[in-house]
Amino acid sequence: MSRRAAHYALLAVLAAFFLAPLLVMFVSAFKSDELQLLRDLGSTRAFLPCGELSWRNFAAVLADTPFLRALGNSLGTVAVTVALGVLVNSMLAYALARFRFRGRAGLLAAIIALMVIPFESLALPLLVLVNQLPWFGGHGWLNSYHVQILPFIAHPFSIYLFHQAFATLPKDLEEAARMDGASRWRIYWSIALPLSKPVIATVAVLQFLARWGDLLWPVLVVRGPGHATLPLAMQTFFGQYPRHWGEVMAFAALATLPTLALFLALQGWFVRSVVSGGIKG
Amino acid sequence: MATRSSETAPWCFAAPGLLLLSLFLVLPFLLAFLFSLTDQRLLASDALPTGFVALRNYARLLADRNVWAAFRNNLYFAAVVTPVQSALALGLALLVNRELPGARLFRTIYFMPVATTMAVVTVIWSLFYAPDPGLLNRLVHLLSLGAIGPRDWLRDPRLVMPAVMALSIWQGAGFQMLVFLAGLQAIPRDLYEAAALDGAGGWQRFRTITLPMLRNTTIFVLVTTTIQALQLFTQVQVIAASGASAPVNTFRTVVLLVVQEGFRNGRIGYASALSVVFFLAVLGVSGLQRALLRGRDGP
Repeated sequence: MSRRAAHYALLAVLAAFFLAPLLVMFVSAFKSDELQLLRDLGSTRAFLPCGELSWRNFAAVLADTPFLRALGNSLGTVAVTVALGVLVNSMLAYALARFRFRGRAGLLAAIIALMVIPFESLALPLLVLVNQLPWFGGHGWLNSYHVQILPFIAHPFSIYLFHQAFATLPKDLEEAARMDGASRWRIYWSIALPLSKPVIATVAVLQFLARWGDLLWPVLVVRGPGHATLPLAMQTFFGQYPRHWGEVMAFAALATLPTLALFLALQGWFVRSVVSGGIKG
Repeated sequence: MATRSSETAPWCFAAPGLLLLSLFLVLPFLLAFLFSLTDQRLLASDALPTGFVALRNYARLLADRNVWAAFRNNLYFAAVVTPVQSALALGLALLVNRELPGARLFRTIYFMPVATTMAVVTVIWSLFYAPDPGLLNRLVHLLSLGAIGPRDWLRDPRLVMPAVMALSIWQGAGFQMLVFLAGLQAIPRDLYEAAALDGAGGWQRFRTITLPMLRNTTIFVLVTTTIQALQLFTQVQVIAASGASAPVNTFRTVVLLVVQEGFRNGRIGYASALSVVFFLAVLGVSGLQRALLRGRDGP
């Protein structure tokens, strides 16, 4: 019994370590008296909703900062990137897994080799490149949505995951459909894809986490609040003086809520995806 | 079988992906090598045409104190974060792997920071590191029985990196915990039952069964954490952008230096050379992982 109690005590101490920063953030966001907020930081009152509490910090963030714009930008660019990524990467993987054509093995090996290239090592050449690209009306892609979407759709690791999933699907169903005269596109769209839902979830979750938190690319290609995503808007607001910690924490809390809620709602999928995506060795 | 449609069909499926990969991954990757041999600027000007400079950028990298300092900062970060975060993650996984009521709840709590964006995490922790009343100063004061006075954690050159390490470990441990958890659950139960019949104690079972069976998982976690340490950017970028008085020399990482040289100073050629060196470092770490995984165990 005492061993079990010790076990729970350890679990609880660790839970406190992981929860404390989030708790202080949410509690501080409601403290509209800045002086009181700072005073409370020196005691356990930092963790407690005490003193003057109100929604005023949240109202100020929504009214005076580009938070909502940044939230919309993040949701929009990430959703489009993830959706197009699932489509494009699974199509390429399907070609590699289900067609016999010359150069197939070499192409697969090349895509797997590309997995090792970190984005950080090509960010600057890519910046020079997108600065020169035509299309989408006008010269250069800076300060736009497409510059934050198009470079991140094709993703070697996602292609690899899709390829593994398609390669292990039983072929009988697809062969039966071919006998019935179904087109290759139809077989891919109505048989192979629906049978691969767990991989779709994995690819979507991993891409979502990577794109949602990215600060490097927005720092390079976005000027001003018009196209800024949440991490960049957070950095900008945090860097403004005089700093008002109550509003900074309200901004942070508002930025955290969507992903936290999403995670709590879809926890099972999240955990399975991280696990199956994590083990790529 | 080899009809015309079956020869063009695979390329129709592959075309969008291949096009995007070539344009946004292969091409900029090759450009990094190409630019690194030139004095390419971010803003091309007619007065200063881009020229071939051979290996001059690489020679300058070797002589640049900021480059050495940046790699040192990354190494320092990796040397602390990789072992500490991996050990913490393994401990968490072992704790929540026990079939006790509430284990799932604790797993959820430990994973919550992963669902919090890194830029936001850095901002939240900055409040703890605040100099005057600051939560951390108060805690250090209490734990040291008043011996250690208040510090300005994000402005003190010796304390910035440890501060960044702490918040990074807080955010990242939950993810690695899940990876370890998957590894733990793949260990066959009968191994433990057999060991228990042989009278092996808890620690002995951990050492002779759990750790060896987790070998590949551990290598994976150590390598990915090391690569993430090399990529360290968001945390230091937020702190660097948060005020002019941040002692950036003591926490500038390789990627932050790439951005400052290439983007702020416009020296694309020089920053590309640094990007190439950074890529080779990541490649080296991944190669090490392959070698280790191939090293001992069979299928």
